[in-house]
Amino acid sequence: MSEIRPLKLSGLEPLVITPDSNFINVGERTNVAGSKKFLRLIKEEKFDEALDVAREQVDNGAQIIDVNMDDGLIDGKEAMVKFLNLLVAEPDISRVPIMIDSSKWEIIEAGLQVVQGKCVVNSISLKEGEQEFIENAKKIKRYGAAVIVMAFDETGQADNYERRIEIAKRSYDILVNKVKFSPEDIIFDLNIFPVGTGMDEHKRNAIDFIEGTHWVKENLPHCSVSGGVSNVSFSFRGNTPVREAMHSVFLYHAIKAGMNIGIVNPSMLEVYDEIPKDLLEHVEDVILDRREDATERLLDFAENVVGRKKENKVDLSWREKPLQERITHALVKGLDAYILEDIEQARIEAEKPLDVIEGPLMIGMNVVGDLFGSGKMFLPQVVKSARVMKKAVAHLLPYIEADKSNKRQSAGKVLMATVKGDVHDIGKNIVAVVLGCNNYEIIDLGVMVPPEKIIETAKKENVDVIGLSGLITPSLDEMVFLAKEMERQEFSVPLLIGGATTSKAHTAVKIDPQYKHAVAHVNDASRAVTVVGDLLKESSREKYKLELKDQYEVFRKNFSKRSKVKSFLNIEEARKNKFQIDWDKTEIFKPNKPGIQIIEDFDLKELVDYIDWSPFFRSWDLHGRYPDILKDEKVGEQAQNLFDDAQVLLQRILSENLLKAKAIFGLFEANSVNEDDIEVSYSEDSEHKTAIFRTLRQQLKKHGDQPNFALADFIAPKDSGIQDHIGCFCVSTGFGTHELAVQFEKEHDDYNSIMIKALADRLAEAFAEYLHKQIRTEDWGYASDENLSNEDLIKENYKGIRPAPGYPACPDHLEKLTIWEVLKVKEKIGVELTESLAMWPAASVSGYYFANPEAKYFGLGKIKDDQVKDYAERKGIDYRKAEKWLNPNIAD
Amino acid sequence: MSKLEELLSQKILILDGAMGTMLQEYKFSEEDFRGKRFADWPVSLKGNNDLLSLTQPEAIATIHRKYFDAGADIVETNTFSGTTIAMGDYQMEDFVYELNLESARIAKGVAEQVTAEDPSKPRFVAGAIGPTNKTASMSPDVNDPGYRAISFDQLRKAYKQQAQALIEGGADVLLVETVFDTLNAKAALFAIEELKEELNVDIPIMVSGTITDASGRTLSGQTAEAFLISVSHIPLLSVGFNCALGAKQLTPHLEVLNRYANSGVSAYPNAGLPNAFGEYDQDAQEMASQIKEYLEKGLVNILGGCCGTTPKHIKAIAEIASNYKPRVLPQLQSESA
Repeated sequence: MSEIRPLKLSGLEPLVITPDSNFINVGERTNVAGSKKFLRLIKEEKFDEALDVAREQVDNGAQIIDVNMDDGLIDGKEAMVKFLNLLVAEPDISRVPIMIDSSKWEIIEAGLQVVQGKCVVNSISLKEGEQEFIENAKKIKRYGAAVIVMAFDETGQADNYERRIEIAKRSYDILVNKVKFSPEDIIFDLNIFPVGTGMDEHKRNAIDFIEGTHWVKENLPHCSVSGGVSNVSFSFRGNTPVREAMHSVFLYHAIKAGMNIGIVNPSMLEVYDEIPKDLLEHVEDVILDRREDATERLLDFAENVVGRKKENKVDLSWREKPLQERITHALVKGLDAYILEDIEQARIEAEKPLDVIEGPLMIGMNVVGDLFGSGKMFLPQVVKSARVMKKAVAHLLPYIEADKSNKRQSAGKVLMATVKGDVHDIGKNIVAVVLGCNNYEIIDLGVMVPPEKIIETAKKENVDVIGLSGLITPSLDEMVFLAKEMERQEFSVPLLIGGATTSKAHTAVKIDPQYKHAVAHVNDASRAVTVVGDLLKESSREKYKLELKDQYEVFRKNFSKRSKVKSFLNIEEARKNKFQIDWDKTEIFKPNKPGIQIIEDFDLKELVDYIDWSPFFRSWDLHGRYPDILKDEKVGEQAQNLFDDAQVLLQRILSENLLKAKAIFGLFEANSVNEDDIEVSYSEDSEHKTAIFRTLRQQLKKHGDQPNFALADFIAPKDSGIQDHIGCFCVSTGFGTHELAVQFEKEHDDYNSIMIKALADRLAEAFAEYLHKQIRTEDWGYASDENLSNEDLIKENYKGIRPAPGYPACPDHLEKLTIWEVLKVKEKIGVELTESLAMWPAASVSGYYFANPEAKYFGLGKIKDDQVKDYAERKGIDYRKAEKWLNPNIAD
Repeated sequence: MSKLEELLSQKILILDGAMGTMLQEYKFSEEDFRGKRFADWPVSLKGNNDLLSLTQPEAIATIHRKYFDAGADIVETNTFSGTTIAMGDYQMEDFVYELNLESARIAKGVAEQVTAEDPSKPRFVAGAIGPTNKTASMSPDVNDPGYRAISFDQLRKAYKQQAQALIEGGADVLLVETVFDTLNAKAALFAIEELKEELNVDIPIMVSGTITDASGRTLSGQTAEAFLISVSHIPLLSVGFNCALGAKQLTPHLEVLNRYANSGVSAYPNAGLPNAFGEYDQDAQEMASQIKEYLEKGLVNILGGCCGTTPKHIKAIAEIASNYKPRVLPQLQSESA
């Protein structure tokens, strides 16, 4: 067997063309000679829109894009360089190789100098003689490109069979023997000329090309053959059906002869098998020159086909397919319109109703699983697939229960729970759905699940894996506790850890050592399936467990090394290095409206403009910044679909008032006392009261003159004699979320159940953003002239800050209790605190307002024991309690 | 066929480790960097490691010697930033030729000495050609994606000067390395091809890219296979990856090269990933144990170390590699079909 030397090209990704490859389609709309629109865009320097033309080509399946700037009215070299420089900055376009197309060598060379991938030069030929041909070919080789060689020599263009093979042979020999050009990098363009022109000398144009192609492929090893297909039908301009048929027929025969690359407009192509028999016969007569009168006959026939147009309709052709394919299609595409109909048919055909799940549905879900695993489907699609699956299963359940003879075989039982005191479950639900899609039986205990219940259920149900989730820091301790309990009660099932507050570091250092058996930190849903699979598979589980244990061991080792290097100040030293504000110079604003205010039932419509969408996509495992993410090369399409779905539900929320937004906030006189505390004066039932917000101070030794921050530094000290102020607030848009989620779950619609929570979270953040703006510009009014875009707000470009207890500047959740006490949050608006001090409803935000222009966000970082003791004393709580709540921040 | 090409199919060749990490231990001051010759230079020279070939040649020679003693077959010249482009920061464009020539001479001198001591194990010098500090296919300005801070031609000229000095100084092979933008590398390869023709020499070339993130792409966005295809138009002694990731993370990308490369495959990873302080703390044994996976899978022909590696690492790598056969080279393509 002869050696195979594929033509290898590259953009950001490889394109390897072997004899087995399908026909390679070159996009040709980015050609000023071929597209009036593109020419206009380049002339008017509308490069953004010109890029869209290129993007559309790639989106429509072009595997190479041809770029041509040959026009008398533009500076071709400059336009080529500029366009390519912009194009390579667009990964969704530049993933494919580029064909640099020009009749001028200087434009080709300029193009070759700006593209990193392996391009195709279009084209060179012997037109100007051997010397120039060799020189250019040598340079092309040095630039690392493949080349299209036109069948053209000193005497002219090849227009018959003999000339085509003569020029091809001569060009090939020079390139391979003299220039040492790799033969697989040579692509011949053997000139596609029109047929059916009425002139006798054109009759064999197509068949000579096809036969020439055949000869070249037989006699010139490893090279490719290409050409511009639309030329062939040139004389039938205006008759689209005939032209489309001609292109298809020509390609059908040329490809059989060995043509493997071509410039084809995919929308000008009929499927060969779908060309009506009579038309096909007439067209083939012309292309293959089978009859003397072929052209006349086609011309006569063509009059009948004018105007026969393709109809535009929703593609329901999949409904014609066999049942299994229909079910798979519905699952992969997340289409539920016909699923019950199909499932009912499957049930009737099946021996037992259960067979429908284990047969057709699982076959379909396996396709979904494979696509997801290989990165060809994204999370929101999978959740939609699950919705279809659930509907199907729900339809079957009554029949299965009626038929008690058998039990369903699952891949394993997974217990999922959000730990005690924590209410956040978006991530957990997504993981549960994804695992469910992969045939795991999920026992979801919901939120705020006490450890006893987890242990008890795990035993009773004999589960194979336990998955714990949490978003707030106290949940970390709950997880440690559970790991200890599992060890003590001699569990051996793997423990999965996930959720926003968890980390590989915490899992490695705090959880893993507590439990002899496998512990795995899984922070994205897409990994969950493989991890659980590896943990349960007989063949891999021991090895995988050891690998995990190993990984965490290494991590612990490095971690302990790292923490030793850091040096800390004691709390007294840290206080001496506090952040200094010059209180005599700084401007203090008295709030326009001091005291407490309540907002009942705020109009959610006002909040839409304040939504920061980026975290919304993150919660669905789609990473990137909004709005760029909608155009992302990999996830853009999915992000757009998800976004569209979100808009639909958001509109429903707004028009049907499905969620209620409430807020409470207060602006008070305050001063810092004893360095780290903030004394707040407020009145309750016209009685004057004092509360103290305790703040924590950074203790890590700083470089240079960097201060050790505490939030108290941003409030004027009492002994300065200056009356300063502080605010605090709680907003919630979560009222109604739970009920809606439950409702969706009842309808087997996990997708919208997760969606409603994700949206409520976004609305709560938007409400906090909105309220903060109101405070800055109106109620406190210290920044009344502010004019910031939503983008600025997201980037926190505003004056003053609104840190939240439980977050980096003030990680102690206990401080929420003080806010609740001062504002009477629970009594007034009904937002409650769980025993872990999570807010319920979950879509709530609370925090402080600091107005000083020098106030800034910071992270507390690690603190030492001396501050913990000091803090416990100041706060009047037990040292152990302080230690427990501050645990994640205490340095080892 | 050069001696190196012959050896490539017989054993795993060992490349040296980091120069910078070793130089840090000397704690050279600004004055040390300047030496007498550049005492009055108008800008600070501290950190210009390439310059040490002129001002502290003994230190450079000593480090080369240590790597040879640790078992390296090939050491890299101290010329990572030896182009007019990268030397622009120090206003030392005029010394680029001399820097490269001297660096190559120092390394070659040590290599010849060590070879003389044990002729059974010939030692080689790789002329190191770094990526420069500019990228030809990316804009440094996010607001102007069409802008380029450097052109192909500027790079080609700078690389040509560097490569010529390295060849004249005695380099046995040229190593175009730490390629984060394939277009820069292509300019270097273009320049080397020109030189080969003009000087009528045939010097082997190694190319080593760098995968900068977990998605498995170069900084300029190419996948490992696309990178390989983009530099395969020139006959290469080897193609591989270095820097950026630790040995473990590099494995899947080496597997791609192993599958598709017609040349040898090289790998010289960092000593693990940097810790929070930007230091590399993977020790020699751990790194060698991770590299063992390459050896067991038969992925590589050339092995060494990048940032954070020391003679200890190279010794451990050389020892473990001596127990394994090199990757089997595919039938090299004949030049004429």
